[in-house]
Amino acid sequence: MSGRVLVGVKRVIDYAVKIRVKPDNSCVVTDGVKHSMNPFCEIAVEEAVKMKEKKLIKEVVVVSCGPQQAMETIRTALAMGADRGIHVEVTGKDYENLGPLQVSKIMAALAKKEDVLFVILGKQAIDDDCNQTGQMTAALLDWPQGTFASELSMEGDKIKVVREIDGGLETVKINTPAVITADLRLNTPRYATLPNIMKAKKKKIANVKPADLGVDITSRLEVLRVDEPPQREAGVKVETVDDLVARLKEAGRI
Amino acid sequence: MLLGFRPSLRLLSPRLQLLQSRSVQSEHPATSAAVDSVLSALRSICGEDGVSFGAAVREQHGRDESIHRCCPPDVVVFPRCVEEVSALAKVCHQHNLPIIPFGTGTGLEGGVSAVKGGVCFSLRNMDQVLDLHPEDFDVTVEPGVTRKALNSHLRDTGLWFPVDPGADASLCGMAATSASGTNAVRYGTMRENVLNLEAVLADGTILHTAGRGRRPRKTAAGYNLTNLLVGSEGTLGIITKATLRLYGIPEAMVSAVCSFPSVQAAVDSTVQILQAGVPIARIEFLDDVMMDACNRFSSLSYAVSPTLFLEFHGSERSLEEQVLTAEDITQSNGGSDFQWARDAGSRERLWKARHDAWYAALALRPGCKAYATDVCVPLSRLPQIIVETKQDLMENRLTGPIAGHVGDGNFHCIMVVEPSDPEELHRVHLFTERLARRALALDGTCTGEHGVGLGKRALLCEEVGPEAVKVMQRLKDSLDPKNLMNPGKVLQ
Repeated sequence: MSGRVLVGVKRVIDYAVKIRVKPDNSCVVTDGVKHSMNPFCEIAVEEAVKMKEKKLIKEVVVVSCGPQQAMETIRTALAMGADRGIHVEVTGKDYENLGPLQVSKIMAALAKKEDVLFVILGKQAIDDDCNQTGQMTAALLDWPQGTFASELSMEGDKIKVVREIDGGLETVKINTPAVITADLRLNTPRYATLPNIMKAKKKKIANVKPADLGVDITSRLEVLRVDEPPQREAGVKVETVDDLVARLKEAGRI
Repeated sequence: MLLGFRPSLRLLSPRLQLLQSRSVQSEHPATSAAVDSVLSALRSICGEDGVSFGAAVREQHGRDESIHRCCPPDVVVFPRCVEEVSALAKVCHQHNLPIIPFGTGTGLEGGVSAVKGGVCFSLRNMDQVLDLHPEDFDVTVEPGVTRKALNSHLRDTGLWFPVDPGADASLCGMAATSASGTNAVRYGTMRENVLNLEAVLADGTILHTAGRGRRPRKTAAGYNLTNLLVGSEGTLGIITKATLRLYGIPEAMVSAVCSFPSVQAAVDSTVQILQAGVPIARIEFLDDVMMDACNRFSSLSYAVSPTLFLEFHGSERSLEEQVLTAEDITQSNGGSDFQWARDAGSRERLWKARHDAWYAALALRPGCKAYATDVCVPLSRLPQIIVETKQDLMENRLTGPIAGHVGDGNFHCIMVVEPSDPEELHRVHLFTERLARRALALDGTCTGEHGVGLGKRALLCEEVGPEAVKVMQRLKDSLDPKNLMNPGKVLQ
């Protein structure tokens, strides 16, 4: 095996931005809005870089699908310590309709091409909250998956994954090659330092199109409408318990 | 929440509240018509949602993190842009209503207490990071942006704003109080890092202290209005934008800890490290009482003696040199147990005592509150003042573990005090006055970073002298002749 790890990163609207829906309810406003790497993807990159620093793996390759701006996200990952990048170019309407199924097909193709030890992704993106890409990638490759990882360790040619599940923590040991998705408590990602950002400008980013990988990115989904959550209305103060009960009855709640 | 001032009022009608307030400064008693016209003027500027009378909202905006009691304003307004701030100020100016700017309410000197009532300008809705210029290392922010929010916004650029007071404070608020942090020894305080300010004066005038949009790294043009406003604690104007100097996030960091047989040894090491040209980023001092508190609080086993916590920033190679030099110096001053760490996890563990200091001090006497003193003296006077202060604490049976930014000669006694015991509060008050005067006698200042606020106005006079106070008063009178801007603070 190559000792190579593939990390998928997604460019999303920054978590601190107040999201606005376009007046025509077609999608959210993205023009002029701050974008950055999805926080769970940052955790995935950090984990891969940490493992390389501990000499458990040899090379960290970071990939992102999208228009020109996706290169910025790849550069951030390179500044965090990844070795090289792959920009899968998807633009315009294709990009608007790009979802987990198409991305997982791309990831699967690249994972095979790069002959990786494992693929690591964030558990979900903060824009669509799908939590599907990692799992679909594993299924397409027929590889084991360790999702919601809060702890990772190599044990020989197997990976031990501690997973955060509803009831607590579950530990699994999976064969390589495998797909891992990173959860919040896996690590605390480093900030890219200025010297490292400058050094990262010299690292290579290859440019490919989905067609080059034999992947058809037509979407089977159509977004019909996007709405903001209902506005919070003012509460009403009542003077007595009887008043409260009467109001609740009026509103058909009791 | 612990402050136990009067319990929540039954909601009076807004008109009645304003009538009953002691705030309206006009010659004639407020009539309900006058009050109504003020309210409708305020509402017409920032909308129905932008003006609040709720008791809870007013109380929230009448206190900060000091032990000064809550003095709620009569009304809180939430402007959304500098034009609204200016229009609101004009209304207040016309009706002689005090104006109290409010950022995050994390001040330590009662700066937002509306001692004469009035209108609190909560600036939290102006929360944009504007105009970032990574290649010029500058950024302009609105008052609703806190230091952690800015650094998060900057994380992809490799830049940061290093001034780090304890709280996640509003950057414009930090400019207003001339805040400082643990790495001032290398990166400076707000005074060195504000390039330009946009502020609204008491009469609504919008002022750009260095000229609109200007951000040269240095200037010799005219009077330094930017630094006149920095540290003015809301008494000269409402800061609505700050242009800040940014720095590159260092390539690598190393933290170290070392204990010493005496305060003198620790301070001598600090001075020598600085003299050796080590560009040390943080050098923090904890006294033996504090180390003991930290051991108990976090189940650690540090030596119970004066301790230095150091942090170095730089490239991998320069760090090696910096750490070696520092280690040599500490050893030659009798320092022992020098430990250092490179990766984030180990650095956190090494510095745990320093991070938990405030809580460890509070844990010494559960149920009590804490007040931090803030004197700052020339480095050479630090051993003397710390030794005398510790003696004072013991003689007066006071709990006051010491933590300090020893690289700046600034230290804090964390006075842990029972808030319902007036005798103890009085003893603490007298102690803090003695401490401030001790610092003044040693060529220092009564406030290194927290500001004058409500409690240090008399000390300010002693510190700068009557002539300087007169000049300050003349500046105040010329910019705010009606004394509407945050009355009762800084100047008496």
